[in-house]
Amino acid sequence: MTAYVLRRLLLMAPVAFLVTVGVFMLIHLSPGDPALIILGEDRSPQAIAAIHQQLGLDKPLYVQYAIWVNHLVHGDWGRSITTHEPVAQAIVERLPATLELGIVALVWSLLVAIPLGTIAAVRRGSLTDQLATGFTVAGVSIPNFFIGIVLIFLMSVTLRWFPFGGYVPFTTDPLESLRHVLLPAIALGTAGAAINMRFTRSSMIEVLNQDFVRTARAKGAGGRRVVFIHALKNALIPVVTIVGLQIGGVIEGAVVTETVFTWPGVGRLAVESIFNRDYTVVQGIVLVAAFSYMVANLLVDLAYAWLDPRISYA
Amino acid sequence: MSNAPAIVAAQTPTQRTPLAVLSVVRTHRRVAAAAALLAILFLVALLAPIISPHDPLAVSADNAYLPPLRPGHLLGTDELGRDLFSRVLWGARVSLPVAFVAVGVGLVGGGLIGLVSGYAGGIADLLLMRVVDALLAFPGLILAIGIVAALGPGLRNAMIAIGIVAIPAYARLVRGVVLQLKHQDFIIATRSIGASPLRIVLKHLIPNLLNPIIVQISLSAGFAILAEATLSFLGLGAQVPTPDWGQMINVGGAFLVNDPWLAIVPGAAISIAVFSFNLLGDALRDALDPRLRG
Repeated sequence: MTAYVLRRLLLMAPVAFLVTVGVFMLIHLSPGDPALIILGEDRSPQAIAAIHQQLGLDKPLYVQYAIWVNHLVHGDWGRSITTHEPVAQAIVERLPATLELGIVALVWSLLVAIPLGTIAAVRRGSLTDQLATGFTVAGVSIPNFFIGIVLIFLMSVTLRWFPFGGYVPFTTDPLESLRHVLLPAIALGTAGAAINMRFTRSSMIEVLNQDFVRTARAKGAGGRRVVFIHALKNALIPVVTIVGLQIGGVIEGAVVTETVFTWPGVGRLAVESIFNRDYTVVQGIVLVAAFSYMVANLLVDLAYAWLDPRISYA
Repeated sequence: MSNAPAIVAAQTPTQRTPLAVLSVVRTHRRVAAAAALLAILFLVALLAPIISPHDPLAVSADNAYLPPLRPGHLLGTDELGRDLFSRVLWGARVSLPVAFVAVGVGLVGGGLIGLVSGYAGGIADLLLMRVVDALLAFPGLILAIGIVAALGPGLRNAMIAIGIVAIPAYARLVRGVVLQLKHQDFIIATRSIGASPLRIVLKHLIPNLLNPIIVQISLSAGFAILAEATLSFLGLGAQVPTPDWGQMINVGGAFLVNDPWLAIVPGAAISIAVFSFNLLGDALRDALDPRLRG
């Protein structure tokens, strides 16, 4: 297992290098000169040259890259062009709101996916199964921002059951926090619920056809016991992988959901920064998103190898 | 060596597999239903200039905020009095071409990478696959947003960004199939009778790639429409006054309390379009994959 972990980490190194190159190039692909954005109206050649020198833009590209990576690993992610706040600090400050949203969305998606997927598998081919399959295709087809808007219209505007927008930290008031987070979490988690349901269903169908399930049935175990005690535990192994990737990709979904619900997380910061042409912040968020996705991929692979001993470590 | 042409001939049926996609339309109800939905969608896009009752850009302040089912305005009007039905119909002319250009970028870029990587192997495969891995390391939408942020908002840049996001899926798919095919007898035989790599790729590999690629095109077209709508919703894709579905939801969201249809109508249009492509991809995959056949 140790050798497998090391091999996986080694494989990650070149990809991590290419990811940093890609993120670094984002700023250099951008039209316009960052110095002009920083300077605003005062655009004298001397001032532009001073900013170039200050940001290291007068150096060759590979030197700039080396300096940037060196700063990154030392925790210096640069400063926001618009607010002058350190980028790392800006991201860390908004991360709890995004994580809270992501966790509730994940719980929602699993609460829907596991029972529905299990029922669909047990009653394969039935109307319930066909409806559940329809839900999986619809769940990934409806944009999460549209789900959010419909939820706001129904639950906040028409029924007035939930507040629209706003964030209350869980540590301040857990109940109020849940009331605020529920609608954005449903909007964010519905596509995940559809995908998880599909995985649960197909995995469950496979497991229900295996010998140990037949043996359990032959020994007289009841239908529910076979499904929920024997089969479900094994059927959830592939679901773990996809859930892991969903955790890693939480920032991706949050970009849109947080914008719809004015949620003060990393996703909304990303959108605001794009409109402010605050490239250092965009760069930082893209980097965090990519690395959290890569780490989630790694952890999923390791968890999968640990959960399923048939996976080769070689 | 002498029986090589015979092996090639014996394998010829493999080259007819593209027909499998057409035949499943006749034999599988889900495929046929999805194909019919898409046909309607394409017809709407094609005929929008003829069937839309109003100019989608024509502003009429007197007719602003009309609710649906008013005479002359089936789906009502928006905040500038523009006919919503006409704008939704014209929206198909924006979303579908964007999706297909994006899929084209992904298909050509990813397909070439996959072909070279799978067929050449060695160092080319190693290097190209690391680039693909790096692209896969980014969550799709984040990569698209990053690219659009760098290139600047607009439909053209959104198309490029979504296309780049689609590249890894095609590269992996094509590489996987090419790796499988290149060790099959008919390819070995074709190579042994002196066929050039270009001929092998064009005459033998590409025809065998069509089935999985058609499934992938269908699925990634759905993703492309969704991604384009998302970028436009965020203000990074189509710009006003283009009748784009995502951009219409963005504007309509501000009038949700009194005029919810302004956001709900284009949202339904996006959902139907993406649903149709996903349904087709899903149904084709089920129909063409022997392991999934009931």
